[in-house]
Amino acid sequence: MSSRRSSRITDEEISELISKLQSLLPESRRRSMSRASAAKLLKETCSYIKSLHREVDDLSDRLSDLMSSMDSGSPQADIIRSILRS
Amino acid sequence: MEPKSCSGDGNPSRNLHPSKPLMAANFLRCLSRIQQTATNSSVGSRSRRIRRAAYASMAYSAGHRRAWSWALLRKLRCRRVRPVILPRRPRIARPQVVIEIDRAEVLRKLVPGGTGMDYCRLLEETADYIRCLATQVRLMQTVTDSISS
Repeated sequence: MSSRRSSRITDEEISELISKLQSLLPESRRRSMSRASAAKLLKETCSYIKSLHREVDDLSDRLSDLMSSMDSGSPQADIIRSILRS
Repeated sequence: MEPKSCSGDGNPSRNLHPSKPLMAANFLRCLSRIQQTATNSSVGSRSRRIRRAAYASMAYSAGHRRAWSWALLRKLRCRRVRPVILPRRPRIARPQVVIEIDRAEVLRKLVPGGTGMDYCRLLEETADYIRCLATQVRLMQTVTDSISS
């Protein structure tokens, strides 16, 4: 747990965190905001999180489909190797 | 755990969460278990289990270090949908731009444990949550690609 219990959050701290968030957005989303206001960035962040949640849902569906056609002797060693390579 | 610095140069590996191997191991273990035990269940229920496994492996990898993973773990362990009453800090009026506060309310609902933490903390948690979530998505994509090839 963070030990920072500042009752006074400086603007500098906030803008630092905001720019950190901005750097976490993928290229495609970042390009549309060259000089982002905090509000715009937060909106973009929310939209990005929602899209990530959707991707998890979609990939879960796809995995479920694929698993139904998989036999029990699945080549999991190959999968693990390719994941650790990426 | 010290978060990786993001230079924003577009290199995707910079935005991976440091605990990716742990997440991969957790997730694959869950998948294997699901495959063995859910052979006769519907595609939909298996999909739900996989989705749950995805969030569980994220939360377990981050452990108790983060407020979001803590909140996720609590939610996952309590299967029944029941509002969790968390001890809240008394709300102190902060001199901040009104628009930022409004936007933060949406963000608070998206990030697990987002309600009841101050704005600064919320931004930190969001950064870690996004990194972890993106790593999990990439992991699931890799697994899907491997299986379907």
